[in-house]
Amino acid sequence: METSNLVEVTSTRVRNFMLAPIRKWLLIGVALSFLGIFIFIPLLAVFSEALKKGIGLYFAAIIEPDALAAIKLTLLTALIAVPVNTLFGVIAAWGITKFNFKGKNMLITLIDLPFAVSPVIAGLVFVLLFGTSGVLGPLLEANNMKIIFAVPGIVIATLFITFPFVVRELIPIMQEQGSEEEQAALTLGASSWQMFFRVTLPNIKWGLLYGIILCNARAMGEFGAVSVVSGHIRGLTNTVPLHVEILYNEYNFAAAFAVASLLALLAIVTLVFKSIVEWKTKRNDHGER
Amino acid sequence: MFKHSKRHRVLPGFGLSMGYTVIYLSLMILIPIAVLFLKATTISWVEFWETVTDERVVASYKLTFYTSFIAAIVNAIFGTLIAWVLVRYNFFGKKFVDALVDLPFAMPTAVAGIALTTIYAPNGWIGQYFAQLGVKISYTQYGIMIALTFIGLPFVVRSVQPVLQDLDQQYEEAAATLGAHSGQIFFKIIFPAIFPAILTGFALAFARALGEYGSVVFISGNMPMKTEIVPLLIITKLEQYNYGGAAAIAAVMLVFSFILLFLINFWQWKTAKKHQMT
Repeated sequence: METSNLVEVTSTRVRNFMLAPIRKWLLIGVALSFLGIFIFIPLLAVFSEALKKGIGLYFAAIIEPDALAAIKLTLLTALIAVPVNTLFGVIAAWGITKFNFKGKNMLITLIDLPFAVSPVIAGLVFVLLFGTSGVLGPLLEANNMKIIFAVPGIVIATLFITFPFVVRELIPIMQEQGSEEEQAALTLGASSWQMFFRVTLPNIKWGLLYGIILCNARAMGEFGAVSVVSGHIRGLTNTVPLHVEILYNEYNFAAAFAVASLLALLAIVTLVFKSIVEWKTKRNDHGER
Repeated sequence: MFKHSKRHRVLPGFGLSMGYTVIYLSLMILIPIAVLFLKATTISWVEFWETVTDERVVASYKLTFYTSFIAAIVNAIFGTLIAWVLVRYNFFGKKFVDALVDLPFAMPTAVAGIALTTIYAPNGWIGQYFAQLGVKISYTQYGIMIALTFIGLPFVVRSVQPVLQDLDQQYEEAAATLGAHSGQIFFKIIFPAIFPAILTGFALAFARALGEYGSVVFISGNMPMKTEIVPLLIITKLEQYNYGGAAAIAAVMLVFSFILLFLINFWQWKTAKKHQMT
């Protein structure tokens, strides 16, 4: 009885052992095919379509005045939105992770709200607030200020969309680190700023950088929310993604993909940065152990 | 009691950071969203009801939920498989593949949209093979599903991957020693452990898909009643200066999204608590 059982077990293990490599390569094959079809081919298509009509046309599409204006506006938007939300992220993460208070989970959920709001609805919200027939519309008009269909609207919509990125990266890191090191610094006579810049910031720098990278990628690539508030005025309120849309809808595919390839490059740079940051944090973890 | 709370307030900046957080959060997020709900109530109940139960609106709700659900299911299956392959196997180029998984997070949605549309058009790289079979992908519901699958994939992989990594393999070894075959090991030991993570990833992908606009608007064809998603319908109402209607449709959508968000956060909070106890 026992021997037969043992034989059975051994035969199962032998079969498993023989099947393992086949199963392994089958699963890897399916996973890679799926990623190839859904992710790699679209990335490849962007560059292939962009260069279809030759390198001359590619650069012509990028240095054309409307494209340059769009690039400038996108850079400006990111230059405002990313620092503002980074500052918020650090301050909010400090308050949330270093202190105990009631309603903490509720606050975190509220911070997550922009993740759950459709970009189009995010744009709509600001049209309802600042548009000509919006709540603050008459007030803005009386003071000759324009937010919707103008640059401020684009910046505000981007601020909304990228709101949670930095703080969401920081909360888990700072939670794990606790506050002993900061308390030690204070006990040893450090001022609050010394404590922050010499203890807290070095501890969170990689997570912070990662949050900033993600925030920047989204700020430069946001389409739905910005599309609603921008009004699509060429050379004035067109960001790079909106410029891509206009070119594409005009059947100017080569130019659309040429400009889109800039954004695809941004995505690749973002992923490379992200890998570097992950590699650095992993090495730091091992160093501490 | 007093001592306890004081010990936590040794660090500076609680009042300042909380005050700033709450004010910025209110000005930037909460008040604008509240304005949307207020706007939706400026139209009468009858009007509100007629707007959100209009044939075309209901069709777009159905389409959005249906395609988002299918895409999230596809992502739950293949995302788990990809996470498994990335955690358990070694192969050439694994680091590259791992980084590539995040592309949908980093790639602007409009770029993904025009790329997918071109690939799946009847003369595109992949679309041509389906065209031979008489299947159209771009400008149909299938196209919407493909765009939503692209958008949601990283959510499942990134939820399941860390859980699989932390999974203690000694139970699997014990099961194997006791004669369990690999199917039994997977479904009785591994699957129950990673199921909460799969569910979280599924919910995140589903929530993201419900609101997605940029990648879908190019590939969907935007035919009323057939391939018109909710965000597009909101934009259409806006372009007709029907602000009340747009707000009403958006309010219904937001309520669904918020319920999903609260469920996800509650679920994560609960699993985190369980982890702490063990």
